[in-house]
Amino acid sequence: MQLIACPWCGPREEVEFSYGGQAHVPYPDDPGALSDEEWAHYVFFRANPKGRFAERWNHSAGCRRWFNAIRDTATYRFERVYRLDDPKPVIP
Amino acid sequence: MSPRTPGADLPEHPDSLWRSPEPKRSYDVVIVGGGGHGLATAHYLAKNHGITDVAVLEKGWLAGGNMARNTTIIRSNYLWDESSAIYEHALKLWEGLEEDLGYPILFSQRGVLNLAHTLQDVRDSVRRVEANKLNGIDAEWLEPDEVRKICPVVNTSTDIRYPVLGATYQPRAGIAKHDYVAWGFARRADEAGIDLVQDCEVTGFDTDGNRVTGVRTTRGTISAGTVALCAAGHTSVLTDMLGIPVPVQSHPLQALVSELLEPVHPTVVMSNAVHVYVSQAHKGELVMGAGVDSYNGYGQRGAFHVIERQMAAAVELFPVFARAHLLRTWGGIVDTTPDASPIVGRTPYDNVYLNCGWGTGGFKATPGIGSALAHTIAHDDPHPYVAPFTLDRFVTGALVDEHGAAAVAH
Repeated sequence: MQLIACPWCGPREEVEFSYGGQAHVPYPDDPGALSDEEWAHYVFFRANPKGRFAERWNHSAGCRRWFNAIRDTATYRFERVYRLDDPKPVIP
Repeated sequence: MSPRTPGADLPEHPDSLWRSPEPKRSYDVVIVGGGGHGLATAHYLAKNHGITDVAVLEKGWLAGGNMARNTTIIRSNYLWDESSAIYEHALKLWEGLEEDLGYPILFSQRGVLNLAHTLQDVRDSVRRVEANKLNGIDAEWLEPDEVRKICPVVNTSTDIRYPVLGATYQPRAGIAKHDYVAWGFARRADEAGIDLVQDCEVTGFDTDGNRVTGVRTTRGTISAGTVALCAAGHTSVLTDMLGIPVPVQSHPLQALVSELLEPVHPTVVMSNAVHVYVSQAHKGELVMGAGVDSYNGYGQRGAFHVIERQMAAAVELFPVFARAHLLRTWGGIVDTTPDASPIVGRTPYDNVYLNCGWGTGGFKATPGIGSALAHTIAHDDPHPYVAPFTLDRFVTGALVDEHGAAAVAH
């Protein structure tokens, strides 16, 4: 089990968190204008990279707040955690 | 005594079951992924269609991914017609596979119990049993006392947190020895002249309009008439190279074995609600698995708290296991889809076929998908068994929701 650094609470054990999948997937600006294909992509299709992935986490057994993280899906290492209103960080 | 070189007295290395050829520069069919599905597809291309100018490219060693890591459960008791058709097709092939491959695979039809622990479980299970019967699949609903008769070590008392309220039972279901299955397919494919190329990772694709003309690998570029992607958890890595969006998410799925024990567990037991599935391997280990780790991951390992939870479930259901020691845990990478059904068939490239999204249950389908995909490649037309599982269904809405029958939460 690894420690995950909640931006509000600091490092806590992984069991306190729940996973929210890919981050930065905004609700469509004009939902009525979307084609079936565009809807399908909004609802069902998510990136699935091997490597760095911007994703959502919830500190569900702690402060219950959402945050974003950049995590490497091959090593599981968290590289950044950041608030939902922060822009996606650029990691060299 | 004079010192001897370490290893000098070892017996000679046994003969390999297949050649390890240098890849040719061109093949009629290139299969990416040398796991169960890739090897089975190669076998049926040769056996059923006489197509032998085929390479199976494997980035690691043959059948070292999910084929080496699954819990070997074979059954066909899925809810919908589309799923039960392909899984039952697979089960029928399993029943004759040892003969077909001329190789022992330890296929043991010891039956599978899917336990129900809530009223909703009971209703869903009974519905699934009736659906199975209509599709000609052997299925029964068992009350708790009947469950106890089939598997006496299951705790069917009413004083546990989630009492067993009954179970579905498929007597023809069972387990097989996963490695032997892979080796059997590999040996037959190799005998037919198909090249099984290990240590050969795909690094890119050469394309010309709507066609893939070559597969770039760590062992050179190989041109291909048809390409079939059978890469399971690594599918997205390949489809990202091709620019094809595919709605799969790769998750670690862990499994474990206990130390070797006397035969105590005569069947296969799966519990969706308490969440563990258990069988006892021929050698005597209790083989168990549970749900996926929640996050996306390609690490072939997961977190220990997931193991801990599944152990808690196992001990609750099988009090007799409390003294069994955990011997080994491992993880595979499963490619899950939004409807817990596979994605098989055409892609935006005319000569590229996709086979992925089998998630946590691909092993049982091995011969079925192998034969159906081989047919699809040979006729350049999706076999009826795979036709419902198009990539397109996520746009049309014709989903095949098997979250209930898939039995592994994801």
